[in-house]
Amino acid sequence: MSEHQGWIALRLVLNGVERSVHCPPGMRLLDFLRQEGLGGTKEGCGEGECGACAVLVDDRLVNSCLIPVLQVEGRRVTTIEGAGADRELSALQQAFHVEGGVQCGMCTPGMVLAAGALLKRQAQPSEEEIREALAGNLCRCTGYVRIVNAVSSAASTLDTRGGTP
Amino acid sequence: MMGPTLERAMVRATSLSQALALLQETAIPSQPLCGGTDLMVQAMTTQADGRRWVDVGSVDELRGISLDANGLRIGAATTCAELRVHPLVATHAPLLAQCAGQVGARAIQERATPGGNLANASPAADLAPALIAHGAQVELVSASATRRLPVEDFFISYRHTALSTDELILALHLPLSGDALCWHRKVGTRRAQAITKVALAASGLWVKGEAHCRIGMASVAPVPLRCRKTEDWLRRHALEPGWMDAAADILREEISPIDDLRSTADYRRTVAGNLLMAFLRRFQAAR
Repeated sequence: MSEHQGWIALRLVLNGVERSVHCPPGMRLLDFLRQEGLGGTKEGCGEGECGACAVLVDDRLVNSCLIPVLQVEGRRVTTIEGAGADRELSALQQAFHVEGGVQCGMCTPGMVLAAGALLKRQAQPSEEEIREALAGNLCRCTGYVRIVNAVSSAASTLDTRGGTP
Repeated sequence: MMGPTLERAMVRATSLSQALALLQETAIPSQPLCGGTDLMVQAMTTQADGRRWVDVGSVDELRGISLDANGLRIGAATTCAELRVHPLVATHAPLLAQCAGQVGARAIQERATPGGNLANASPAADLAPALIAHGAQVELVSASATRRLPVEDFFISYRHTALSTDELILALHLPLSGDALCWHRKVGTRRAQAITKVALAASGLWVKGEAHCRIGMASVAPVPLRCRKTEDWLRRHALEPGWMDAAADILREEISPIDDLRSTADYRRTVAGNLLMAFLRRFQAAR
């Protein structure tokens, strides 16, 4: 992007990499991320209802469609592309794969990030707690059962093996 | 849709004095923005109104939860995620903790704030019933003055508040809930991500056999409502034969719900009375 009137210089840590960019301050974080080529962050409803655009800002789960990019100045933004190790699935990603928690994939990045944020708050959540933590992430394919199973299974794996979600 | 928010002028305030100075500039009208959970949605569907957004989310003075001699102070930009787990809130303002946990879902709670919830002034404002039931005061600050008023008096008419264009909501002040019985119920289409059809938060204390209640409601009037007539009636008539049904009738008269896309006036009236009775049954048992 070239520089335009009213644009701001923005510094942030994007998926672990320090970045310096120029952009309109009111641009949605969602649009910024997709423009950066991070297509794992999806636009579903565009009004904070569906969680398809969920990302982590300083490790907190947020909807990137509701955040003007100015507000991530100096912050750490993590998208699904930054969630696993390079070329290796995280425990959660592996569990979604094994349990069949992925169908069309539209909700999956947000689901995985929401589940990861939960497991960092609470290592062994109950089914009720998993459902509550994922209540802002809508899935139209799976019926949620396999997703909930995947999160449970990842929690058990991490309990035995250790590591990050 | 890469949308209308691209055109918005926006600056970040890093201190309270800077935020207030920005709001005072008359040449460029300002709109404070914090969690953005309402404003960003509105901005995507309405034309820009020419106001510059002032990001107040990084202003330290607006954050934090603390206890002083007069009660609980909650910074206006504290998030719902913080409110729902903070031990001081759980102990001294349990209704607020409960309501904060029922705002949207997790990703909304990480951003949404009590200041934004009040300033947005939706009749369905999730935190308003709890704040009213707890007897909270809202503290407003401008570059030249500070003032406080009860939360119920902050709402003037539909989507219109006492906040001036040069003022910010600084904090909320809550007296400690003490031994009061606290009860809250939000009724919506589903448990998460639902805008309220009817909500009621109430606190009640028996003082020498007299019922001292505070009742806050959402989605039953043009503004979040303190149900004073019902509170007064309860003080005079609690425990008389048939008092719970009679109180529900008084409440149904006091509110002024409408038919809209989420529910009907009839349904809201019926449920409002039922919620009050659910509270009163517990309140009587706690006597």
